[in-house]
Amino acid sequence: MQQLYLLVPLAPLAGALIAGLGGRAIGRAGAHWAAILGVTVSFLASVAIFFDVMHGNVFNGSVYTWLTSGATRFEIGFLIDRLTVLMMVVVTFVSLMVHIYTIGYMADDPGYQRFFAYIALFTFSMLMLVMANNFLQLFFGWEAVGLVSYLLIGFWYTRPTAIFANLKAFLVNRVGDFGFLIGIGLVLAHFGTLDYATVFAQAPAMVRTSIEILPGTPWLLISVICICLFIGAMGKSAQFPLHVWLPDSMEGPTPISALIHAATMVTAGIFMVSRMSPLFELSDAALSFVLVIGGITAFFMALIAVVQYDIKRVIAYSTLSQLGYMTVALGASAYSVGMFHLMTHAFFKAVLFLGAGSVIIAMHHEQDMRKMGGLRKYMPITYLTMLIGALANAGLPPFAGFFSKDSILEAVHLSHTPGAGFAYLMVLAGVFVGGLYSFRLIFYTFHGEERFRTHDAGHAADAGHGHDAHDKHGHDAGHGHAPPHETPAVVTVPLILLAIPSIAAGWTIGTVLYGGYFGPAIYISPEHEGLAEMAREYHGVINMMLHGLTSLPFWLALGGAATAFYLYILNPALPGVLRQKFSFVVNILMEKYGCDRFNQWFFAGGARAIGGGLWKFGDVAIIDGIMVNGTARVVGWIGGLVRLFQSGYIYQYAFTMIIGVFVLLTLWLGHA
Amino acid sequence: MTSAPWLSLTIWIPIAFGVAVLAFNDRHAATVRRIALIGAVLGLAVSLPLYTGFNTQTSAMQFVELAPWIPRFSINYNLGVDGISVLFILLNSFITVLVVIAGWASITKRVAQYMAAFLIMSGLLNGVFAALDAMLFYVFFEATLIPMFIIIGVWGGPNRVYAALKFFLYTLLGSLLMLVSFLYLYDKSGGSFSIQDWWRLPLPLGVQILLFFGFLLGFAVKVPMWPVHTWLPDAHVEAPTGGSVILAAIMLKMGGYGFLRFSLPMFPVASHLLGPLVFWMSAIAIVYTSLVALVQEDMKKLIAYSSVAHMGFVTMGLFSLDAQGVQGAVFQMVSHGLVSGALFLCVGVVYDRMHTREISAYGGLARRMPLYAFALMLFTMANVGLPGTSGFVGEFLTLIGAFAASTWVALGATTGVILSAAYALWLYRRVAFGALDKPSLAAIADLEPREVLVLAPLALLVVYYGVHPQPILDASQASVDALLRGVGAALASAAKAAAYAQL
Repeated sequence: MQQLYLLVPLAPLAGALIAGLGGRAIGRAGAHWAAILGVTVSFLASVAIFFDVMHGNVFNGSVYTWLTSGATRFEIGFLIDRLTVLMMVVVTFVSLMVHIYTIGYMADDPGYQRFFAYIALFTFSMLMLVMANNFLQLFFGWEAVGLVSYLLIGFWYTRPTAIFANLKAFLVNRVGDFGFLIGIGLVLAHFGTLDYATVFAQAPAMVRTSIEILPGTPWLLISVICICLFIGAMGKSAQFPLHVWLPDSMEGPTPISALIHAATMVTAGIFMVSRMSPLFELSDAALSFVLVIGGITAFFMALIAVVQYDIKRVIAYSTLSQLGYMTVALGASAYSVGMFHLMTHAFFKAVLFLGAGSVIIAMHHEQDMRKMGGLRKYMPITYLTMLIGALANAGLPPFAGFFSKDSILEAVHLSHTPGAGFAYLMVLAGVFVGGLYSFRLIFYTFHGEERFRTHDAGHAADAGHGHDAHDKHGHDAGHGHAPPHETPAVVTVPLILLAIPSIAAGWTIGTVLYGGYFGPAIYISPEHEGLAEMAREYHGVINMMLHGLTSLPFWLALGGAATAFYLYILNPALPGVLRQKFSFVVNILMEKYGCDRFNQWFFAGGARAIGGGLWKFGDVAIIDGIMVNGTARVVGWIGGLVRLFQSGYIYQYAFTMIIGVFVLLTLWLGHA
Repeated sequence: MTSAPWLSLTIWIPIAFGVAVLAFNDRHAATVRRIALIGAVLGLAVSLPLYTGFNTQTSAMQFVELAPWIPRFSINYNLGVDGISVLFILLNSFITVLVVIAGWASITKRVAQYMAAFLIMSGLLNGVFAALDAMLFYVFFEATLIPMFIIIGVWGGPNRVYAALKFFLYTLLGSLLMLVSFLYLYDKSGGSFSIQDWWRLPLPLGVQILLFFGFLLGFAVKVPMWPVHTWLPDAHVEAPTGGSVILAAIMLKMGGYGFLRFSLPMFPVASHLLGPLVFWMSAIAIVYTSLVALVQEDMKKLIAYSSVAHMGFVTMGLFSLDAQGVQGAVFQMVSHGLVSGALFLCVGVVYDRMHTREISAYGGLARRMPLYAFALMLFTMANVGLPGTSGFVGEFLTLIGAFAASTWVALGATTGVILSAAYALWLYRRVAFGALDKPSLAAIADLEPREVLVLAPLALLVVYYGVHPQPILDASQASVDALLRGVGAALASAAKAAAYAQL
């Protein structure tokens, strides 16, 4: 079995190396076959391992000693339990779909081979992350996916917006890593090991240990560790206020937005916290922190999605909001619910993104929804699959999102952790907004007037928006002339394959949540146990849907959808009027609450100002100017002074001598 | 294997070849280059037995050579390596070969003198790391200044005279107090210059503190530690590519090595007491110089400041007096040798083409120079300390050491994780990303085979030691353990003495 475990990450790695280094020898087809084959092998192996684990074969062991220093060994190892296999299957499946889709999407791109190398490398990194059995390897995978994300956001490296976005993404993630590294450092310093199992086993005994980082203020060690680790999760899973990089990451090619910035990588933080449940369960402070951050992200990011025009940005903000939901679930100690939403979200968000990509191809790389409309006639498959995605995203039954989102709401409602009340309000309000933006997207894009025919609509306002335009793809020749048409099978087949679990994945709720699927992989302390109560009220999928029809969230979601219907189908002039009337609020939303501006001014500007100050005053003026060159000047000055006495003229020396003799004689005579 | 005097060979073969090439003038430049290359490769070859024949199980000195040199003052020609110094000799011999190849085409004037300076430099540096006699160490230590002074002063940029003088005086002044301390130790030890004898010398705390400061200045300037680092950016900016590579990759390591060889084992109690001082200076160095690096407009200056920041991790790790911290520091020195050397070589590649180091003169190089962009990305990421590259190992281990010693210093140093990404990736973005719209760059050519030959081994090693760092750690383990055991014993007996004094 161990060989099979190794095969899962190594097959995509081999694919990446072949695709990346093969060059002309393998050509474009060689590159995509190598990468796809690698990921397919990985997917099949993951499925095999999944069934093996379901039979009770949990594995925890190391495969390679990375380094031994002092008494500590740092190892590469696998922990294969039910939590891991779920992630493995989701990651490899979505990744495989995206690989296939890419053949169509990137067909004209000169960087085709590079792209396949990157996404296969990403799959490898992500798998190393989820399969890790220790913190260090987790961090390895964590950084590696960050690197690939950086490379892929900047894939079109000649575009200023892309290289701004990728730098920003890397730096914001590094801020998260700062917390993450401190968390790991504290774990190692206090537990003496980075092995999950050992740390989790020792943790209950450390629950009262406190550390004094500031003298006189003891903090609970576990709380500090958990909050530090969660800061890492906030970076990767784009939680407020470290969310700022994710919308900009849409500068990357759309398949990447689907795979990395929606379905898998951004969920790494959620996965990590679930994995760390034995630690987080020991700290109410950390859980409250998680709840509040998640709540803020879930609601306020959803609001921004309502005012966006760029189709990918709408979905990006929706992703932020959904990640907020998952985080809230974690804070409510409903880790399995968070993981469940992670899974359903991976499918329906991948559908939405890949669908958006399909629209973008058909519109000749136009991303502004104001220039779309009425597309359902021309692209029925894309329309239907995206509609499924939107229904799931809005959380309407019987689609996958309903089951997971409803369970989150229920879990938060039942939670007694401080902050749960606030988080519940946030996620409840978010449901309405979710319905609104999801259907705004559908109606704007696929219904109503065919605005691509009158193609100067809203051109001016659009000037600042990014286009997913790769080179020479007939950007000018395109929109407004030939009617758009459905995309080829390499694009639509993955869409269909992902749409199926977007409907059906929710029906596994009985097994995943209430059937004890996760078993001992997730630990919930008895006082946080809300799931048991939910399980008592659960009476099958159909019942849950029927019950859902009478509950508040359903009507909120439906209300959001209805509002979108009224605004964008029945009365399409109204949104413009509302925008004007509430321009103040709209501006705040368009400005993304000023986060970007603040970061740009405070952190980027501040660091450069301090750096400049230290350089000009510290190095140049004080150290060099006063200390170094000053010393040299003083030496020079003394030298100059002394030189006056050594003029080399005999008469000056003679004169000085005579004066000296006189002075001495006078003093001597005076004494005598 | 120990039959041949391998250490002497690693010192004198490069020096002999260096002297030999001086016999030729510029009309025989091609011959000079070939002889220099042979000398460098031979120097590397004779260092290989040190690697293959090295016993990692012991902390005792190996490949020891002992001969009287100035018997009147019992100064000996005493060489030997342990698991720490052997790494630097290997690194130095290896980098020297690359430097000779790197200067192959770009140096056209006074080729013989150029090659001679580097070969002699290489021998002298090996001498620094191999010397077990303090006077011999001092002679090598100071002698390395001369070739570097010449390299900067002759083949340097427009402001080379200022830079060369600053470099020379700064480092010379720093080491004068070290010489005084040597004489004191000579006297105290009853007339011995043997470094190993000095390790066993019990010194009262007051003396330890004085001597500690005597050595601190000498080594701190070399490392360089904040605030005595300002010679480095100037020296780097003016030095030719090869000079920068040797400076960053090897010369800076003399400071860290000095701490390991002298300060920690000889003044353990003082090192423990004054550790926090060095600790804080290291943390300040990391944050301060990273911020300063952020605003540099000159590629070499930026990398020079980043060097100071990375060496901050070294001093931090050393004075954590923790197994991981010290091993991390040793690893960080080796890794920094590879990474910073590679980065300066990368700057040299574009400098040879465009003759400017201004960052704003570049942009969009990835389009015309994909190989170069790949190499630069790899080394940039290693500089940022991404896991999987050698840069991560040292930073990680030293941070762990720091965590064990002081949370606040560790916190400060960890911000370096963010800042290094900021300055390094921003540099990368301005050089390699973006549109290639500057007319001067329109015809810029990608790496030629000779440049690939120089960068490829570095790239391989950076990744290899990132994935498989164990060989370096194995080599240094026994020596570091012995060092820390000695420090621990000294601290324990000092604590016992203090307890008695209180009774």
